Order: sequence, then structure tokens, then C-alpha cells
Amino acid sequence: MSIDTLDRIETKVFERPTSLIDTEMHYCPGCGHGTAHRLIAEVIDEMGIVEETIGVAPVGCSVFAYNYIGVDFSEAAHGRASAVATGIKRVLPEKYVFSYQGDGDLAAIGTGETIHTCNRGENILIIFINNGIYGMTGGQMAPTTLPNMKSTTSPFGRDTKSMGYPLKITELVAQLPGTYYVTRQSVHKPLNVRRTKKAIQKGFEYQKLNKGTSFIEIVSNCPSNWKMTPVESNKWLDENMLPYYPLGDIKVPNEKEA
Amino acid sequence: MAKAKGDISINIEKCKGCEICMDACPEDVIAMSKEVNQKGYLYAVKITDTCTGCTNCALVCPDAVITVFRETKQKKEQIATITNVTGNITVTVDK
Ligand SMILES: Cc1ncc(C[n+]2csc(CCOP(=O)(O)OP(=O)(O)O)c2C)c(N)n1
Ligand code: SF4
Ligand code: SF4
Repeated sequence: MSIDTLDRIETKVFERPTSLIDTEMHYCPGCGHGTAHRLIAEVIDEMGIVEETIGVAPVGCSVFAYNYIGVDFSEAAHGRASAVATGIKRVLPEKYVFSYQGDGDLAAIGTGETIHTCNRGENILIIFINNGIYGMTGGQMAPTTLPNMKSTTSPFGRDTKSMGYPLKITELVAQLPGTYYVTRQSVHKPLNVRRTKKAIQKGFEYQKLNKGTSFIEIVSNCPSNWKMTPVESNKWLDENMLPYYPLGDIKVPNEKEA
Repeated sequence: MAKAKGDISINIEKCKGCEICMDACPEDVIAMSKEVNQKGYLYAVKITDTCTGCTNCALVCPDAVITVFRETKQKKEQIATITNVTGNITVTVDK
């Protein structure tokens, strides 16, 4: 067919999801929290579940998640988001319930809640943003801080002898029979953004099927506290975070059995 | 093979100038402005017509300020048939 028998039409192939509230997010330039929020909103839009989803926001930089993702939300005390999500899901089992938590929130002060939520196999989706640091409070060391990584409370780098090793809580919860789907993703490159979105979609779909806890770690950046430009921070993430926190599925459902 | 034709539009007042889109674009379509926006950031601007509509920039933009378009070709719709032409005729089609 020759070209002049064809009409050129321009179609929109990407736009801001409607359930991402049309406002400016307070996050620092280049912070992965924004991308992670957008992906949740995209999945909620595509699954058509905006009226049926309830989020639980943490304490940390994403404390205002409820101002950005346009679904019903509850705010939890520091570290307790998965416990609050448990309560909401048990009272309203027909809703899609997710918690959104940083590494200080989920893997330090909230370790107990996290482990027991996963061990009980609560039918919720936990989204865990691991940026290796306490972002909101000014870059203190988190359980996830890498060996030798500098933070305001480990100014000479994390010394594993006195400060312990970075906690791989995602591998830990994968051991528990209550978790159904456990994966580690990132949002620093286009391909990884696509994979993370797919993972979030799976997490919500398994919840519909009452499969138990889905746990998605997103390895992310904190350019401000890492004291890097956003582009440098993503490169640093790629070179330093990913060898310690390798990406990929850690526990995948046996689809035949499911 | 001709490359797919795409286009982007950037909401420059909401851009935070992080440059992640610029880094992700395989066609070097994006550069940073010389002037700041109302927020005080050097914002992302489109500087070439080589966009293929791959969506990479929009996927990594933490502030969701990029919209991506892609041009596709569709078979033209036949709107009239002219038969028995004897002299000169003019056909105009209103848009
Ligand atoms: C009970 C309690 N203890 C301590 C704090 C102080 N605090 C606020 S946010 C935070 C850590 C946040 O880090 P993280 O969860 O990694 O999230 P990020 O800010 O990096 O996204 C801490 C310790 C608090 N608000 N409440
Ligand atoms: S302090 Fe770090 S985690 Fe918090 S918004 Fe800024 S870049 Fe993101
Ligand atoms: S990724 Fe988004 S916020 Fe960052 S410079 Fe590009 S358009 Fe602006």
C-alpha cells in the first residue's frame, strides 16, 4: 500500500494516570517515590478499582501518599502500616488493601508488624521502598544501609562489626508460609519501571484471589541524602545497591497449583 | 526502515529539572532549559524532532509531567467515487 493512501493519526501513548491526583508532589527532584506512586495509580486505573482500593500510608517521606494517590487512605503510626492494613482488610475483605512503606518504617521500627503480617498471610499488598536510608529525618542509617555507606549517623561509613549487616527483609519474609508473591524491583530505568508495574498488578490480582500476602520491594534512590544528583543517584543505585539487593522474583506462586 | 514518529509534551511548570528523562531518552530529544520555571528549576525541553514515541522519558519521570504521542498510519477512508469523467473537475473535501 502506498503512503498516500494512508492517513497519519497521532495517538496518546502515555499520559498521567487519572487516579494520580493532579497536584505537585513534595518529593525532591528525581526521587523514586514519585515514580512508584504513579505506577500504583496506573495499575488502579487500568484495573478500574479506584473505588475499591484502600491504601495505608507510612511515616517517612511518603507520609503524604494520601494526597497523591486518589483512593481512600489511612495513615498509620510509624512502622505499623501493615497492622493497620490487616485491620482494614479483615473488616472490609472485598476491598483491595495495600500499605506503602519505607525501609526505616517497614524494616526498623515496624519489623515486628511486618514479619507477623506476612506470617499470618494477611491478604494484602505491601509495597516497600528501599532507599537504604531514613530520608525524611535527614539521612540517618537504616537497617538497609549498605556496608561502608555513609549516612549522618555513620559518617565514616557503616561498619558491619559494630553496626551489623544490611537487612534483607524481603528474603526473610519470603521464608514465611504466609507470603504468596515476593519480588524485588526498581524504578530507575524504563525497563525496570515496566517490570515494577507488572509486579504491582500481580499483587492486586492475587489479592482478589485471596492468596495471602504479596510483598514488593522497590529498590529506590534518595538523591538528597545520598548527596548526589538524581542521575548520579540512579547510577550509584545500579552499581552499589543492586549487587547487594539483586532484582527479580524471590517467591513466585506455582501457577498450576493456584 | 523509517523510524516511528513520536512527540512529547512536557508540563514545564511542574517539572523539577531532575534530568532523569534526558538521561533515559535514546534519541537525545530532551535538554534542559536555560531559564527557570516558576518553581525555580531548569526544566526539560524538547530540542529535536527525532522522538520515536518510545515513552522511556515518561516512564522514568517521577513527577509524571510528560505526555507521549505516537503517529500511526491508518488506511484512508474512501469518501467518494468519481465515474464518467469527461472534462476537468475539481473535488474539495471539507475537514
Ligand atoms: C515513633 C516514631 N519514631 C521515630 C520517628 C522519626 N522518623 C520519622 S520518619 C523516620 C524514618 C523514615 O525513613 P524511611 O521509612 O526509610 O522512609 P523515607 O523517608 O526514606 O522514604 C523516622 C525515624 C517518628 N516519626 N515516629
Ligand atoms: S529526602 Fe530522599 S526519600 Fe525523601 S523525598 Fe527527598 S529524595 Fe525522596
Ligand atoms: S524526569 Fe520529569 S521532572 Fe525530571 S526533568 Fe524530566 S520532565 Fe522534569
